[in-house]
Amino acid sequence: MEKTMKLTLKVWRQEPGQNGKFQTYEAPGISEDMSFLEMLDVVNERLIEEGTPPIVFESDCREGICGTCNLMIDGQAHGPEKATATCQLHMRKYNDGDHITIEPWRAASFPIIRDLAVDRSALDAIQEAGGYITAPTGSASDANLTPVPKEAADSAMDAAACIGCGACVAACPNSAAQLFTSAKVMHMNLLPQGQAERWKRTENMVETMEEYFGSCTNHGECHEACPKEISLDFIALMNKDYVKSKIKNRKLSGQN
Amino acid sequence: MSGYSDVLDSKVPEGPIAEKWTNHKFNMKLVNPANKRKFEVIVVGTGLAGASAAATMGELGYKVKAFTFHDSPRRAHSIAAQGGINGAKNYQNDGDSVHRLFYDTVKGGDYRSREANVHRLAEVSVDIIDQAAAQGVPFAREYGGLLANRSFGGAQVSRTFYARGQTGQQLLLGAYSALMRQVNEGGVELYNRQEMLELVTKDGEACGIVCRDVITGEISSHTAHAVVLATGGYGNVYYLSTNAMMCNVTAAWRAHRKGAMFANPCYTQIHPTCIPSSDPFQSKLTLMSESLRNDGRIWVPDKFDEARSASDIPEAERDYYLERKYPAFGNLVPRDVASRNAKTVVDAGKGVGPLKNGVYLDFAEAIARDGEDTVRAKYGNLFDMYERITGENPYKQPMRIYPATHYTMGGLWVDYHLMTTVPGCYAIGEANFSDHGANRLGASALMQGLADGYFVLPYTIGDQLAGKLGSDPVPADDPVFKEAIADVNDRTNKWLAVKGTKSVDHYHRELGKLVWDYIGMERNKNGLEKAISEITSLEEEFEKNVRVLGSADTLNQSLEKVGRVSDFFGLAKLKARDALVREESAGGHFREEHQTEEGEAQRDDENFKHVTAWDWNGEGEAQTEHREELVFNEVPLTQRSYK
Ligand SMILES: Cc1cc2nc3c(=O)[nH]c(=O)nc-3n(C[C@H](O)[C@H](O)[C@H](O)COP(=O)(O)OP(=O)(O)OC[C@H]3O[C@@H](n4cnc5c(N)ncnc54)[C@H](O)[C@@H]3O)c2cc1C
Ligand code: SF4
Ligand code: FES
Repeated sequence: MEKTMKLTLKVWRQEPGQNGKFQTYEAPGISEDMSFLEMLDVVNERLIEEGTPPIVFESDCREGICGTCNLMIDGQAHGPEKATATCQLHMRKYNDGDHITIEPWRAASFPIIRDLAVDRSALDAIQEAGGYITAPTGSASDANLTPVPKEAADSAMDAAACIGCGACVAACPNSAAQLFTSAKVMHMNLLPQGQAERWKRTENMVETMEEYFGSCTNHGECHEACPKEISLDFIALMNKDYVKSKIKNRKLSGQN
Repeated sequence: MSGYSDVLDSKVPEGPIAEKWTNHKFNMKLVNPANKRKFEVIVVGTGLAGASAAATMGELGYKVKAFTFHDSPRRAHSIAAQGGINGAKNYQNDGDSVHRLFYDTVKGGDYRSREANVHRLAEVSVDIIDQAAAQGVPFAREYGGLLANRSFGGAQVSRTFYARGQTGQQLLLGAYSALMRQVNEGGVELYNRQEMLELVTKDGEACGIVCRDVITGEISSHTAHAVVLATGGYGNVYYLSTNAMMCNVTAAWRAHRKGAMFANPCYTQIHPTCIPSSDPFQSKLTLMSESLRNDGRIWVPDKFDEARSASDIPEAERDYYLERKYPAFGNLVPRDVASRNAKTVVDAGKGVGPLKNGVYLDFAEAIARDGEDTVRAKYGNLFDMYERITGENPYKQPMRIYPATHYTMGGLWVDYHLMTTVPGCYAIGEANFSDHGANRLGASALMQGLADGYFVLPYTIGDQLAGKLGSDPVPADDPVFKEAIADVNDRTNKWLAVKGTKSVDHYHRELGKLVWDYIGMERNKNGLEKAISEITSLEEEFEKNVRVLGSADTLNQSLEKVGRVSDFFGLAKLKARDALVREESAGGHFREEHQTEEGEAQRDDENFKHVTAWDWNGEGEAQTEHREELVFNEVPLTQRSYK
């Protein structure tokens, strides 16, 4: 009673230091209950049996939260299902006989390591530049001494939901990282705890982003691809804070 | 029994329980700020425990090197925790206190944890919440702006703090941001994509690690005055679990082989509400939050091999077995009780779903009572997730659930300082055995990982380091490092040379089946003995017939996995032995031979009120059993009952 299908996969294969190319693999007997990555597990198991090195792709949690999985499926970052990371995509979205093209994230700042695995450490560089609130262990006062309006906490949480997958960069025609950076910046800028370092943070993170990534020309593809549906509003808020960070006299910034 | 207990010194300080930690902090040796720079500390693992420890020690001035095999600390498995974190703040004024959290945790652990450690955990739980809030963790708030709480895992007070269904993610982002601040300021050097493959010791003391760069395959030595393992849990020894795919036991196991005793591997938490497996290639199981049991009713059909769909089965032909057997707690019995009962009905042939491997969790009554919108507001996310995975709509038909491996209470034995039996080697977070006894309560793992990392280890490590002032770390060209590198290279070459016929995953799956069948929710002597012999023969086949393609000098996922699975084999055998010698039932360890007349777990406090810790004796030799007797001065021992 279980539906199985036969698929044809066109997969990007690339050895370190060499040019890559597409390779075609048949994938018969795929159950509709499998996840997309389990389908690839099955293909890999067959490749190993044949003596072909398996396709390298990355994943860890397989429940849409760690941000490790990253496949470009038929030209869409994380595939066809909205608000869904690759690992949460299931094969019942596909039909018998389908052809599927699988590529790595493509962006100059995400160099390919091997096959479908890329290096996304540029995202960490942005975080390192200022994505924190200075609160050394032991220095904190009682948590309820700083009330946070529920709306502010909710909105900070909306931004903080970003899983750092980089789909926004992969989907962007300019390989810009505005959506990721704005999520990280605004998570902290929206909270009372984040105010003291707000201008410095924004300036440092935006400028580090610009060192690595392209410029945003408001296509909005990032939001379409984002598995957590991070809002474009955060980009607007970050841009505003960035402009202000340039004119703000920080000696007066205690007044807000 | 005294023959066992003298080796393990828990170093629990003297004095009344509520003052032990405070007094001990005063009594420990300190390293003065200028001298901290002279000490190098390695932290392996950058999940909640490792990131918080590395960041805090960096802030204090130690020279910290942090390692993870992930591409970024923010990917650690801690990110997946959903429900929340406990903290004895008593913000709700409902009678919570440090003492109550301590009491609940000792009792919840079925009286198999160390009172002094648990009390300290409860004490620092309040500081964790302050710390996280100050870092910008967007905890849920009430309209007035104060922190919101919920009750969790059967606790009678509301002490759980949460950030939507993503508490682990937000706490990890907090610890990660503190870590990145230290990386930026030079207090911590971060080594991503480095897998630790050996703990290096000299004259019995930890002096460094050997790692493999997973991208280039390069093997390197790293030296330090102390090594901290924060490498998480090993639930994936069951192959299928709620853990992330890469969780493994290698770091802890390598330390075990260098003399760190491994404690209580038989205690595993099996979570009752997970989505059942749907095909033989299932790669992991997804947890559905425990909170669903507040409104969902669990049942199976009365008839064996029922073919009708749920909606066609009349009320009179359904068995709401938890409500029937446990009228007082009903569907809210603790995790282990709910899990075992699901297994019983499924094994009896009453399972539901295409593979007959689940039980129903039915929301029809809640929807009829409160309306679909109310149910959606409470559980919408979870229902969507369920539908995405199964293709079934839980508003229209009951969910199907089944227990899955979730958390490992056992781990490296540590003393009150969180130091293993290898001097200079520490274990924190899920990797150690410390605070949860035989069973962990919901929302307590995040608490323990952060307690260890932010508030305990950064103090206790100083006591040991103070004695080493003026000594340099063992240099990387010392023969002990050369030997460790040679060992790693030999193993790699061995795996590549097997050139067998079956994939690593094949053997991992087969191992998982044995561990699940014999060392899963219910164990018995016969089964455990069988487990040991069957695991041993599977391991022999694995070593002769596994196929690892490709080479060592590049990203090679099969090569990474083969080492981990090999260590899982060793662990699985020890787990079976540990389960065999523990002739009682306690928490996550249920021995069929030891149950009450009603089929509940029967502890044996007279003979088993101890921690079992196993000492490595070399390849091919059985480990030696040691015991740490547990003392219960504060919490009286009672038998659990949920009738
Ligand atoms: C689905 C799910 C939900 C959960 N929900 C909750 C909850 O609501 N509340 C709660 O309290 N607990 C919960 N838990 C449990 C909790 O999340 C974990 O116990 C806890 O996060 C473990 O943290 P850790 O820092 O010890 O390890 P981890 O977060 O697993 O980190 C391990 C680290 O070690 C590194 N590592 C491992 N081995 C090596 C090696 N050999 N070399 C280099 N690096 C290595 C990894 O890269 C990683 O950085 C949940 C668990 C699961 C599976
Ligand atoms: S903004 Fe969205 S797409 Fe971009 S990294 Fe974050 S979660 Fe991924
Ligand atoms: S594997 Fe973690 S988000 Fe997909």
